Amino acid sequence: MRIEEHPILSFNKGKKVNFVFDGKTYEGCEGEPIAAALHAAGIMVLGHSHNKQRPRGFYCAIGNCSSCLMVVNGQPNVRVCTEKLQEGMVVETQVGKGDLK
Amino acid sequence: MITTELAIIGGGPAGLSAAISAASLGAKVILIDRSENLGGQLIKQTHMFFGSQKQYASIRGVDIAGILMKDLEKYQDSIEIMLDATVISVYEDGVIAVEQNEKYIKIKPQSIIVATGASEKFLTFPNNDLPGIYGAGAVQTLMNVHGVAPGKNVVMVGAGNIGLIVSYQLMQAGINVKAILDASPKIGGYLVHASKIRRMGIPILTSHTVKYAHGNNKLEKVTLCRLDEKWQQVPGSEFDIETDVLCISVGLSPLTELLWQQGCEMKYVPELGGHVPVRNDNLETSIKGIYVAGDVAGVEEASSAMVEGRLAGLCAAKALGYNSPDLEDKKNDCLEQLNSLRSGHVGEKIRSGLSKVTV
Repeated sequence: MRIEEHPILSFNKGKKVNFVFDGKTYEGCEGEPIAAALHAAGIMVLGHSHNKQRPRGFYCAIGNCSSCLMVVNGQPNVRVCTEKLQEGMVVETQVGKGDLK
Repeated sequence: MITTELAIIGGGPAGLSAAISAASLGAKVILIDRSENLGGQLIKQTHMFFGSQKQYASIRGVDIAGILMKDLEKYQDSIEIMLDATVISVYEDGVIAVEQNEKYIKIKPQSIIVATGASEKFLTFPNNDLPGIYGAGAVQTLMNVHGVAPGKNVVMVGAGNIGLIVSYQLMQAGINVKAILDASPKIGGYLVHASKIRRMGIPILTSHTVKYAHGNNKLEKVTLCRLDEKWQQVPGSEFDIETDVLCISVGLSPLTELLWQQGCEMKYVPELGGHVPVRNDNLETSIKGIYVAGDVAGVEEASSAMVEGRLAGLCAAKALGYNSPDLEDKKNDCLEQLNSLRSGHVGEKIRSGLSKVTV
């Protein structure tokens, strides 16, 4: 859900771009964190815990807590709270610890 | 290998101020920040600051960041700024390793100011990892920087300044805050903030805590309960609030990894948020040439972080051999400002904490 009106702040968002999350196409703003675009689209589950695969969301927003690790353009363990959204990005739910290529 | 006189790690209120004051004396500075912009947490602050004019009182945090940036521009020949650059290590020989654009860069400075800030503490209760449970700072970032709402309804844990201010900011952004709770019997934050919250009709539940979070894949409901005078849960006092957001604001802990790595003498001081470096009046740690400023030296407000930054910048530049006729006056002015910010009842905890780590 995007904040359309704010009494103090104005948001200079980038142009609208499309990205794919787990096979479905979504719209976000260029340059915003991937997690913000997912959040605006109502997607709250980002990462998963290693042992019990418990769903994890957005916790710290500044790349500290590693609760939002996902696969982006094939690369695992990307912190989507700081990684910037670009046109055509492919974002996937990560299962396990990810593989180094 | 890049060489410089002074490397400042962290471009928040402390690091920015340090860069400006060190460069004003003539020092060559590299200012490193892991995010895409300088200003740290200032850019998320829509509220007006307290203190005196020197600490930008009555100006909103986000605008203070703008003022500091303008000051910085005056010294653009002396200050090199590295953004999207994460310091991953400071080696024994004082070499700083930085990751930027997937490249590994080495910097050898003569002195370092560590101004890395702090990170949010967590609270223990069953299901505390459910999506929809956020740190207060994350909620600020999401709504004030990116313009995205965390959800529809919020329960805030923590009635300190951050909890109160973020609750107010949530209401500003059109998001409903159902209640603020705090384990302490007293509201920790400034009364001005608490009164604003009360006027908006948000209940502040002191002596309460979170017992349980419920939800399947995302938060749906929280169970709260009362605490007795010994901070123990009162059986039978449980009640539920339906909410899709629980915001945790139970304090910060200093981001001290680089200081530990360097072997700076550290001490556990609960009043300052956890382990903090032992330092002298010049904000120099037990290792010569390594200075600290801001929350990494002890969690306080952004106002004192800016003054500490200014002080550390002056002292580091002086140790590098720079001077000016009014240097001592400038230093004393910083010390006086810090004393005034930490005066009175509100500063009691900070004063007691600092007395344990200042040598």
